[in-house]
Formats: sequence, structure tokens, C-alpha cells
Amino acid sequence: MAKELKLMKGNQAIAEAAIRCGCDGYFGYPITPQSEVLEHLMAERPYLTTGMAVLQAESELASINMVYAGASTGKRVMTSSSSPGFSLMQEGLSYIAGAELPALCVNVVRGGPGLGTIQPSQSDYFQTTKGGGHGDYRLITLAPASVQEMYDFVELGFDLAFKYRNPVAILSDGVIGQVMEKVMVDDYKPRWTNEYIEKNCPWAATGHRSTGKHRIVTSLELEALKQEAVNERIQAKYRKCEEEDARHEAIQCDDAEYLFVAYGSAARICMKTVELARAEGIKVGLVRPITLWPFPTKAVAEIGGRMKKIMSVEMNAGQMIEDVKLAVGCKVPVEHYGRYGGVIPTPVEILDALKKMVK
Amino acid sequence: MTEEIIIAGFGGQGVLSMGKILAYAGIMQDKEVSWLPSYGPEMRGGTSNVTVILSDERICSPYLNQFDTAIILNQQSMDKFESAVKPGGLLIYDPNGITEHPKRKDINIYQVAAADKASEIGISKLFNMIVLGGFLKVKPIITGEMLEKGLKKSLPERHHHLIPDNIKAVEIGKEILKPYHVL
Repeated sequence: MAKELKLMKGNQAIAEAAIRCGCDGYFGYPITPQSEVLEHLMAERPYLTTGMAVLQAESELASINMVYAGASTGKRVMTSSSSPGFSLMQEGLSYIAGAELPALCVNVVRGGPGLGTIQPSQSDYFQTTKGGGHGDYRLITLAPASVQEMYDFVELGFDLAFKYRNPVAILSDGVIGQVMEKVMVDDYKPRWTNEYIEKNCPWAATGHRSTGKHRIVTSLELEALKQEAVNERIQAKYRKCEEEDARHEAIQCDDAEYLFVAYGSAARICMKTVELARAEGIKVGLVRPITLWPFPTKAVAEIGGRMKKIMSVEMNAGQMIEDVKLAVGCKVPVEHYGRYGGVIPTPVEILDALKKMVK
Repeated sequence: MTEEIIIAGFGGQGVLSMGKILAYAGIMQDKEVSWLPSYGPEMRGGTSNVTVILSDERICSPYLNQFDTAIILNQQSMDKFESAVKPGGLLIYDPNGITEHPKRKDINIYQVAAADKASEIGISKLFNMIVLGGFLKVKPIITGEMLEKGLKKSLPERHHHLIPDNIKAVEIGKEILKPYHVL
């Protein structure tokens, strides 16, 4: 069976992609609006076909620590949650980053703070891109804007996680998680064999004794100088990641005088506003960051630098705007437009905000 | 072609599945589709709505506040979505339970008395397909053949024997559609 066209929810696409790309294990705990991830996995029962383990853990703390353990053995493991649950995982993510392990975590964001609401939001941008846990670490963060990207970013996420031996986050939200769209799914890829892991992951604790060398997975180093060296190694990876893996999409920017910067579902809504605004003669374009960390600073600086004004449109009170401002320096005025607490801005209200800014 | 549709009514009326059938049928015709439910603490008897978009081009926003077509199945949804139809657009509603009929003069309005008809001939479970028929009569964006294929895709196999009844209900909807205010 080759590629196949399906109609799926974003959450289901995450689960389907995990099975098809050869993920070894999923550990999670249900929470709206991402429960379809675990639901779809349980319905598909990949443990009977590809051998992928699927486990509903007793809590988010358990889930992320199961991911920590699985990742230590060189397996491709993942979890998913939504904002309050994702907060509970921050300690584990810091440990995984500190131990330099690859792992994938999906956050289908809902409105906060606290238990907040179950409606879509983008209010976890700071937490995800600036480090929700302790210590000098980063989460490589992918921001899907369609069901197809929900699907594609699972395998991409694993690839980046193993390239940098660092946790990767897919930062989605209730709109992209719940919407059904067309998605082209790949043929099933086999999971990595133990021999493959042994050969390609010399750091993995596989229980293999032939090398005679202990493989120790830890995030603890009591000597400060040694811990500094660990940090230097981690930071070098991050500089490489910033150089090689910042991604974005530019839409109708060539002749634009004004620019939206928006990611995920906000970017989709802005695409509609671009259409409406151009019908009224306002030349506006859109830069959609695909990686939120590393932020596509060069692209935003280069494209944004040509604009009269920039508007950062987010489903939060103004978080990504800080990275947009850092990218363009003080050369171009940057404004924010946002709704929060689970309210989705409409294309027309963004158009109204744009008209005010243009005036 | 881009058709932006909101279908709104009570939970349990088949609002979401009507949207799903449209989406599947759209895929069969090589269209881009998007299906976004209102999700929340809704339950049977509460309000439920879904935004369905079918297009020949890449779909921008799956979330909209203006629609080419509103299919409205209760008074709460009429209050909320009558004003959301684009000028020149289409509003189809079931008058059952509607106390305030639509007042707009700049859109096309049709009635499809699906609830009454469904209970009259004892097919209340096919209520949503009668409504869908009414819509397809005004905007035949989906062919009968594709609709059948869409039903096959969206229904579990154990329900496939019900497909002929579903198609029949769509035909009934086309017959009972009545213009209310046409430009």
C-alpha cells in the first residue's frame, strides 16, 4: 500500500503519523482538546501490527518520565497533552534536554492560565519557546497550520530530535487539533531494529555489553566545570539548529507594504484576511513561522525590514511579538493583535485591526 | 469555486455528520475540504455547529464568521447566524420550532420542513439527509454519485445497507424545498 488520501482530524493525524513513521512508543494521558490522539492509537492498536507500544499512563508526570526512559534506550518515543497537562511535563522535558535525549511531545494548546478553558489558544508560546522547565535548554518547536502538517511534523520532529538529541515540541492548538482536512499519509515504515539503534545511537542505554563501556544517561553533574562543558555542548547544538533548521512560509510578501506575522491557526485566519484586505486594495503579506524555536529571525528581518508596519497576530496577549521585534530591531513599528482565553479572532476583525494600523 | 457553509442546530440532529458527508463527497470530487466543529461542553440537546468549506483552491481559514450558506435548524442558531450570511448568500432553515423567521432581504432564503416530513413518513433518523437534499437542490455542488461515495466513506460498513434510504431522503429534501424569499 502506497500513499493514501484520508479525511482526518489534526489529532488523529498525529496518531496515524506516529504509527506509520515507525514510532516505538506513545505514553499519554487524556485531556481536551487532544484526546483523539490516544483514542485513535487505541483504536488502531499498532502494538498488534508495527509493535508500537501505546500506554495510557496514570498522569502526565508518569507519561513524560516514561518518555524519558524510552528515549534513554534510543527508541523513538512520544507523548501528547494540552496546556495544563503540558505544564506538568516541564520538569521531565528539562531532564530530557539535560540528558541530551531525543523525544517528541505534542501540545494541543487550550486557553489558560490555570485550568482555563478547553477552547483553542496560543498562550503557551512563551512556555514552549523560552523554556517552561529550569535550566538553559530549548525545545525545538514546530507549529503546524494544517492537518497535513500535523501529520508531516511527527516524522520531521523525530528526525530533528535525533539530529540534535534534544526534545522537540509540536505546538498546535484546538483548531488544528479538531479540524478535519485532507491528509496524504505515507506507507508504513518499519520501526528501527535493535541493531540499527546499536549502530546509530552510541549513547543509548541498550543493555549491550559487547563494547565493554558503560553508557550513562543522566542530567546530573556535580562538578560545575564539567556541567559548564555540558552546557557548552548543548549551546553549540542550539547555534547549529538556529543556523540550519529555522523554517517559515512567506505568503504574498513580494509586493506587500504591510506584514502579518502569525503561526498555526492564527496564520490560517490571517491568510483569509490577506485575501479580504487585498480585495480592498491593502497590500498585505504574511510570514508564517513554521519553527517557533529556532525563530525564523533572518526571514522576518529581511521581509519585515521592507514593510511600513508589521502586525503580530496571535491567540494570546502578545508573546511572539517579542521575537518579531527582536528580529526587525527598531526599524519597523510592530503592533500586536490578539484574542485570548479560548476566543478565536475572525478574519474580519483582523481586517478591521489592519485598517486601523494602516491609517 | 469556494463554498463556505455553516450548519447549526441542536446536538443529536446530525449536524456534524451532515457536514462530514459533505466533506467526504467533496474529497471524492478532488476538492480541498475543511470541517471544523464547535467543540465545547456541548451535549445532546445543546447547540452544535460545524463550518464546512469546499474549494478548488488551498483553504485559508477553517474558522469563519461570514458564510456563503447557512443551514439553520433551531432558533438559537437563527439568532446567531442569520446575520453571518454574506449579502447575496443562501439561508436554508427548517421552520419547525422557529418562532422568529429570518428578516433579511439581501439574501436567498428557503425553507425545508424536514422535521415534519421525517416524522410524517417515519424516518426521523434521516432528518439531516432531508435537509442536505434541500441544500443540494439550490446548490448542486455535489453529484448524486459522489454523495453515495461520500456516504460509503463516512459510514461504518455495518450501516452501508442504509445508504439507499439516505439517498431517498436527499431526494425528498429536494422535493419539499420551498422558497421563502428569493432575490
